[in-house]
Amino acid sequence: MKIVVCAKFVPDATADRRFRSEDNTVDRAGVDGLLSELDEYAVETALTVKEAGGSEDGEVTVLTVGPEQAADAVKKGLQMGADAGVHVLDDAIHGSDAVATSLILAKALAKLEADLVVFGMGSTDGGMGVVPAMVSERLGLPAVTLGSEVTVEGQTVRIRRDGDTASETIEGTLPLVLSVSDQANEPRYPSFKGIMAAKKKPVETWSLADLELTADQVGGSSAWTEVVEVTARPARTAGTIVTDDDGSGAAELVEFLSTNKFL
Amino acid sequence: MSNVLVLVDHAAGAVRKTTAELLTIARRLGDPVAVFIGEGVSEALPALGQYGAVKVIALSNPELGQFLVAPKAEALAQVAAKVEPSAILISSNAEGKEIAARLAVKLDSGLITDAVDVEAGDGGPVTTQSVFAGNFTVQAKVTHGTPIITVKPNAATPEAAQTSPEVEEFDVTISDTAKTAKIVESKPREATGRPELTEAAIIVSGGRGTGGDFGPIEAFADSLGAAVGASRAAVDSGWYPHAYQVGQTGKTVSPQLYVAAGISGAIQHRAGMQTSKTIIAINKDPEAPIFELVDFGVVGDLHKVLPTATEEVTKRKS
Repeated sequence: MKIVVCAKFVPDATADRRFRSEDNTVDRAGVDGLLSELDEYAVETALTVKEAGGSEDGEVTVLTVGPEQAADAVKKGLQMGADAGVHVLDDAIHGSDAVATSLILAKALAKLEADLVVFGMGSTDGGMGVVPAMVSERLGLPAVTLGSEVTVEGQTVRIRRDGDTASETIEGTLPLVLSVSDQANEPRYPSFKGIMAAKKKPVETWSLADLELTADQVGGSSAWTEVVEVTARPARTAGTIVTDDDGSGAAELVEFLSTNKFL
Repeated sequence: MSNVLVLVDHAAGAVRKTTAELLTIARRLGDPVAVFIGEGVSEALPALGQYGAVKVIALSNPELGQFLVAPKAEALAQVAAKVEPSAILISSNAEGKEIAARLAVKLDSGLITDAVDVEAGDGGPVTTQSVFAGNFTVQAKVTHGTPIITVKPNAATPEAAQTSPEVEEFDVTISDTAKTAKIVESKPREATGRPELTEAAIIVSGGRGTGGDFGPIEAFADSLGAAVGASRAAVDSGWYPHAYQVGQTGKTVSPQLYVAAGISGAIQHRAGMQTSKTIIAINKDPEAPIFELVDFGVVGDLHKVLPTATEEVTKRKS
């Protein structure tokens, strides 16, 4: 079974993230990046499915679309235990929105002949969480999304998920697109052995031409959404802070609620 | 005026507050046409009329409920092909975003998710989103196709505008491809009697500082008619179910009032609640980062402060 994890390289969420002033896209040069934390759950899921299957021909490939540094996201996946990596790298991709990104991923996944495509629940930067559904739509494959428990038996993929109103079990048949939540597992840390082994694993770099795509189908010029304005939030004015030394904290809290009409 | 499609979010005909918000926003852009999928359209009609729907398009094909979102997206694409709306508004929850994603591909259109405001602009709707843990506000527009916008709860205050919409039944054709992922079991979540976390006007959340006892959190929430949330630390410790987790990997919320009790304010939690209009924190540690965000903070033990505050709130309300 060919399992492909779609992984995103994102600016570190704990760093000072910002936008490029010239085109309102995310400034990737100024901030360290890493594999989106939520995609680690996807890598772990892929590895677990492969290991549970015990099949000799099971293979996990990490696929990413992004600038030079995005190779680090692939590398992290390989260090965790994935077998191979594919990095779609092309200057024309800069500025692609979710719709264009889903097109690139769909082309790459078709080329990889993936049986099971695994996503995290969303990226930690854009955070839209829409790309798995878009890729599923483009490939005409079923999607089971936001799984908190995943089992694969033969051709059947079953997930459990907790929605806003119900807890559901959902079933689909391979080939299939899967996304997992942060409840799905506990992602493993790369071992020293894993880190050394990763250096020898094959990573291919594909251009748009390799995917039979042209520059005008992706990137900022063909993005179907446009950011017209970016405003940094003004620093929050310091709030009132009281210390509950004498037990007056509760009274002051209720007074605040009352003054601000929350009662 | 142009038509603006609003996908009705409902439970067996009981229309959610988010739909009233969407209809209110839709009226800024054109004539709201409500799309109702499933059973219970007659129960829903008064609420849809109250908030200005000029027409209700009802789809009751039983396959629409059984097979997740792909058929719903197909249905909505067919409605859009007939109505030719100037925009499509959908609630920004997990299902809504997935429907919107598929619709964007089907209609060859741009998609904006998690809008916290939508206004009419010269070239179509202009949306506002809050990004990077609320550190930036971004305004955006769709430049190709039919603007598809998912809107977060509390993005607008519902404003009534009475209409008497007619109901038009709409027959959809669901492809076999859309029927490939299926719900095989569904257990409704136990009702807590509290408002839904994502649409509540007030949320009281507990974290590590509760020490595992959510009693004071729930009691204070109930005195205010609020929803209960939890930090990742509390959820990971097994103190509260994951469905109530607020944060980057849980639910992002944007209530009128957010009360964080015993929550230090890790970046991931802040990402999920930073756009709350008013923020209150109660924490023993005066250095907790959450205090940087608050409008009002109490440095103290939540187990002492909350029960007293609950008593006082109950007294004032009675």
